[in-house]
Amino acid sequence: MATETVTAPRSSLLSRMAESRGFLSFGFMLPAAALLLVFLTYPLGLGVWLGFTDTRVGRPGIFIGLENYEYLWDDSIFWLSVFNTLLYTVTASILKFMLGLWLALLLNENLPFKSFFRAVVLLPWVVPTVLSAIAFWWIYDSQFSIISWALIELGIIDHRINFLGDPTNARASVIAANVWRGIPFVAITLLAGLQTIPQSLYEAATLDGAGKWQLFRYVTLPLLTPIIAITMTFSVLFTFTDFQLIYVLTRGGPVNATHLMATLSFQRGISGGQLGEGAAIAVAMIPFLLAAILFSYFGLQRRKWQQGGGD
Amino acid sequence: MTVTEVRKHAVGDEGGMGYLQSVPRRVVTIYLPLLIFVIVLLFPFYWMAITAVKPNEQMTNFNDYSPFWVVSPTLEHIKYLLFQTSYPGWLLNTVIISTAATFLSLLASVFAAYAIERLRFSGSRQVGLGIFLAYLVPPSILFIPLSLMVFNLGLYDTSFALILTYPTFLVPFCTWLLMGYFRSIPFELEECALIDGASRWQILTKIILPLSVPGLISAGIFAFTLSWNEFIYALTFIQSSENKTVPVGVLTELVRSDVYEWGALMAGALIGSLPVVILYSFFVEHYVSSMTGAVKE
Repeated sequence: MATETVTAPRSSLLSRMAESRGFLSFGFMLPAAALLLVFLTYPLGLGVWLGFTDTRVGRPGIFIGLENYEYLWDDSIFWLSVFNTLLYTVTASILKFMLGLWLALLLNENLPFKSFFRAVVLLPWVVPTVLSAIAFWWIYDSQFSIISWALIELGIIDHRINFLGDPTNARASVIAANVWRGIPFVAITLLAGLQTIPQSLYEAATLDGAGKWQLFRYVTLPLLTPIIAITMTFSVLFTFTDFQLIYVLTRGGPVNATHLMATLSFQRGISGGQLGEGAAIAVAMIPFLLAAILFSYFGLQRRKWQQGGGD
Repeated sequence: MTVTEVRKHAVGDEGGMGYLQSVPRRVVTIYLPLLIFVIVLLFPFYWMAITAVKPNEQMTNFNDYSPFWVVSPTLEHIKYLLFQTSYPGWLLNTVIISTAATFLSLLASVFAAYAIERLRFSGSRQVGLGIFLAYLVPPSILFIPLSLMVFNLGLYDTSFALILTYPTFLVPFCTWLLMGYFRSIPFELEECALIDGASRWQILTKIILPLSVPGLISAGIFAFTLSWNEFIYALTFIQSSENKTVPVGVLTELVRSDVYEWGALMAGALIGSLPVVILYSFFVEHYVSSMTGAVKE
């Protein structure tokens, strides 16, 4: 991140600009800073404040302290949504990681039409989530699901699967759709990481008698750890705050079995008009997000030896 | 593996140690899993496309027609979509909003990235870190306070609500990406220009920007795709049918009663995906580089 190269000659040259540099920087930073401060930082603070008020749509609220949070603390649906969110995030992230890493390893082989495969694999990630989720909605249709039909034709099951009507099935279905959409991101970023590992390391390890598994375990994995950490942090953050897939497929049903914190926040805050309570649910997501970021930052950050330095 | 086998594969092979694997083994361990991956990842698109041109009576009758194929395809669903719904308007809205948000974000990001990376004002590293942290703030926790702001600013149900809020996730991303690009441009070029008497503005527009065209394209098409795909803000801030974007319009307007018009829905999903897919197919390398570039730092 830090580039402290060629500071000495540059600063002497730039010294002439020094008196205007502060002003220039201010001017250059202004558009981005204004946009972010007004539409990101301020709403973030406003959201926290709203969580302490009883604001509704069309009616400014008053400060009510922790009442929203006390209410949520005793609300079983809220806790169910927390449980669902954690289940959804953990299961989907593990599956995305394993399948994505596998796909990345496959794509890293010496294949014909390699760039074609790579382009095709990324498609689910490029297409708008809502639109591909609508396709999944049709695939998961209770009566005309193509999966049910195919499995019945193959003689594996004897009646249609109720994909989105049964709590367990619905959870599995939304997780499957999320994994489908998330695999390409994980695979392509990990592939980029794999391509930076020098072939000579594998050759040297092979000469030392390492088998396939050992090559993976002692060469690939350690060198890939930093990029895995960042990729999975992003993946976990996006999965945890997912909204679109659930909103399209189940809207939180059946009986709240697939409600995530984001969808519950939307349902209470926008559809139900209880902006304060919705904001409180959204704020309740922040500690989880911070925990994920800090975990990846401190637990999985780059080690010196991975960049060629000493231990 | 015998010696002759190794020798046979070793001739003219540049694939590292790939020759150590025999062909049948490669088929089972590589091609077969890869094929399954590709089929699973592409099937929803195939299903979308085939449903979009399937006549209604074939759609639900799996006994007389194979569901995987279509006999006598019809354009009825697409016609319905284009002429009897507000779909063309949603497409136009999405194009305008995405383009405007992308340009606004790119403009702000170029200046910010240049200031952070090259002007090196005091505190620029902290600002850079702040930009990165801003990228990690998800729309799911911002949409409620933002909806209140949008309402109070009088922007509710207008395109400006989206054009001004999309930069919240576009600017951090573009700035971060462009910072990486600017860093790869040698300082010496700027120093030469400074000696020749160029101003900072001239350096930016005549040296840095021409050299970072690939980065600008990457950031631009990526930002465009992100705005095209955005859903939660568009769902919350837009109410009237004619102002909706494609993802919101398809979901909220085409799904009406209990009878789902799957053909029209799938056609809507397909046509709504095409612009980004076409853009993507022209700039695959830029996509990959911007996706991995944001992660590599």
